Amino acid sequence: MNEDIKTFTISVYTENNIGLLNRISAIFQRRHINIESLTTSRSEIDGVNRFVIVVNITETNAKKIVKQIEKQVEAIRAYYHTDDETIFTESCMFKIKSSLLFDEPQIQNIIKESDTRIVTVNREFFVLEKSGRRHEIEALRRDLNVFGIMQFVRSGRIAVTKDEMKVTEVLTAFNNQ
Amino acid sequence: MKTQTADKTKEVANKTEHITGSEAVIKSLIAEGVDVLYGYPGGAIMPVYDELFKFQDQIHHVLTRHEQGAAHAAQGYARISGKVGVAMATSGPGATNLITGIADAQIDSTPLVCITGQVASHLLGSDAFQETDIVGISTPVTKWNCQVTKASEIPAALAKAFYIARSGRPGPVLVDITKDAQISELDFKYEKCVGVRSYKPIPKTNPDSVKAAAELINNAKKPFIVWGQGVILGEAEAELKTVIEKSGVPAAWTILGASALPTSHPLNVGMVGMHGNYAPNKLTNECDVLIAIGMRFDDRVTGDLNTYAKQAKVIHFDIDPAEIDKNVKTDIAVLGNSKESLAMLAEVLNENSHDSWLQKFKDLYKIEYEKVIKDDIEPTKEGLTMGEVLKQINIESEGKAAIVSDVGQHQMIACRYADFNVTKSNITSGGLGTMGFALPAAIGAKMAAPEREVVAIIGDGGYQMNIQELGTIFQTKAAVKIVVLNNEFLGMVRQWQQLFFDKRYASTEMTNPDFVTIAKGYHIQAKRVEKREDLAEAVKEMMASKESYFLEVCVEKEDNVFPMVPSGASVSDIRLS
Ligand SMILES: Cc1ncc(C[n+]2csc(CCOP(=O)(O)OP(=O)(O)O)c2C)c(N)n1
Repeated sequence: MNEDIKTFTISVYTENNIGLLNRISAIFQRRHINIESLTTSRSEIDGVNRFVIVVNITETNAKKIVKQIEKQVEAIRAYYHTDDETIFTESCMFKIKSSLLFDEPQIQNIIKESDTRIVTVNREFFVLEKSGRRHEIEALRRDLNVFGIMQFVRSGRIAVTKDEMKVTEVLTAFNNQ
Repeated sequence: MKTQTADKTKEVANKTEHITGSEAVIKSLIAEGVDVLYGYPGGAIMPVYDELFKFQDQIHHVLTRHEQGAAHAAQGYARISGKVGVAMATSGPGATNLITGIADAQIDSTPLVCITGQVASHLLGSDAFQETDIVGISTPVTKWNCQVTKASEIPAALAKAFYIARSGRPGPVLVDITKDAQISELDFKYEKCVGVRSYKPIPKTNPDSVKAAAELINNAKKPFIVWGQGVILGEAEAELKTVIEKSGVPAAWTILGASALPTSHPLNVGMVGMHGNYAPNKLTNECDVLIAIGMRFDDRVTGDLNTYAKQAKVIHFDIDPAEIDKNVKTDIAVLGNSKESLAMLAEVLNENSHDSWLQKFKDLYKIEYEKVIKDDIEPTKEGLTMGEVLKQINIESEGKAAIVSDVGQHQMIACRYADFNVTKSNITSGGLGTMGFALPAAIGAKMAAPEREVVAIIGDGGYQMNIQELGTIFQTKAAVKIVVLNNEFLGMVRQWQQLFFDKRYASTEMTNPDFVTIAKGYHIQAKRVEKREDLAEAVKEMMASKESYFLEVCVEKEDNVFPMVPSGASVSDIRLS
């Protein structure tokens, strides 16, 4: 069985408890799966957290992983999606010497063309922020690299699905039991 | 604990008392019906021990000689009683010593609540004396765990722990309690946990999947059932029997499924797996419908997955959705508790029989008997065999004893040859294969079922891994029968060395101490048997004893366990020699 390896976004709704990150990441570790990115935040439901985990694996493995995650007592629901099924983005920040903003007119063009936002400017440095797909961020980083970047940071992927995820129903059903 | 908002609770004692955290621990245990716990004290758990001293008329604490022993004893207790076993330890080394038992319980789905003391909360993370991150360490081997840093959190944490340990697919949980939480006070009121929002212990059985399963079984020519521990955990022994008898389907068991159906049942065709019986292994690759019930297709059962039952339609009954398609692709999955799903199945099954198919099992059994079993249980060579010891035990116990086996050749022999006529009679470390399991587990088993004969079958290697528990036996007067099958080798490893490493016996030969003297040093009656003519009498004497008894049987040094599916081979390539 030679199944294709694809990029999957795994979404996990969980209770907001200490230790869950450990439990969930351990599931990937045990199967020797490298996590490309991991973001956790609160979700649309009060008191419920959401993990967005990006991995490159086969669909069979994605299915198994989701089941093992759901098996954790405090994981409410887990789903996996392909890129086509989600709307996703990453965000990044660049810290750059302020002098360059005036000395290198090219930088101003880059900022305009790449739909990048200036977060702050002071005497020493200015900070750019951009959200988008990985390749857009990478292109921007390449463009700015020639001038020198003092600091660069990129977030993990965040994603919402095109289709509905029925996690609210699951919670309502429980609460009414 | 934020979790409280999401957990459902049921009040059991509505009067509120102002007490310390450690008293709350004991009162919570009592509210959960705990009558015995196994453990070992130390600095970080001393307040709880102090309370135990006050409550000793209500709750019996057994001091094992090692925390690993406490965990295994709690497992033995849980496995035979079906209740939650409780183990307790101090922080740091005490807590880490529990880990092997916890890992063992996790893979064998044994309900355990482990309570560990922890350094005071202001010291957490500072490398304080005897601090370890036991919550981090135990995460991958627990069903759930948590750390409690406030006295007020203790009752809810323990209530949740017991609920999770025993519900659905059972498993071990760990609650780590800081010393300050044990000492400070709270308004105690105990409410049993009856649900956790994010946790659905038993999936609903879909009647359509049961119908589809029944239709496949009704129309099968060569159906074959393999059941596992899920039947025992679900207390579905009677339902399994009905299903088997109504459908006339030959049925085999995994190690942990042993004893759910009596050995003597005409449709019981033996054990599957690496050292299982010849017929069920061979015929796995011939059946047209394979019905797996409460078993998880462990690799010791399936051998090479690429050749496992490829010709068969597979039906899988399980409580845990994560087991479906994990190892073997199923055609029909029936989720749910085995007691309910098997009862539903029995309703829609046709009365049937499969005589010529069953005959195939009998024919292969004859071959196995001639080539293997006869020499094991009625040997003609001089040296004693492990099989004949089991045969004597069967005679004296009438197949009613609970057999607690350790890990190695003797374990496989015990599972192969012990008669299991009563359910919950085979207590062994299946998934983890933990040497050192049997001696302490036998203590717990005997305490849970004092009316039953509990016989521990142990190798000379595994015996010495927790031999210190003889002290616990002596002190508690647990009347366990200990049989050490001494081959002066780490036998199972030696067998592999013989078969697959050109007989290079690297570090498997054992020079053993005088086991009888050691047992006697612990004031346990003891005997050694070296000759066949003394065996029957010695076993009889042991079984007649009202107290604990140690019997060493010096067996053939280089006997092998057959049949055998070599590691990674196909189950139908099972070897008889
Ligand atoms: C804790 C642990 N360490 C190592 C092993 C590997 N192992 C499996 S069987 C075995 C030999 C057991 O020897 P013994 O207890 O004498 O029993 P026998 O096989 O001779 O019956 C060993 C070392 C194990 N299962 N558990």
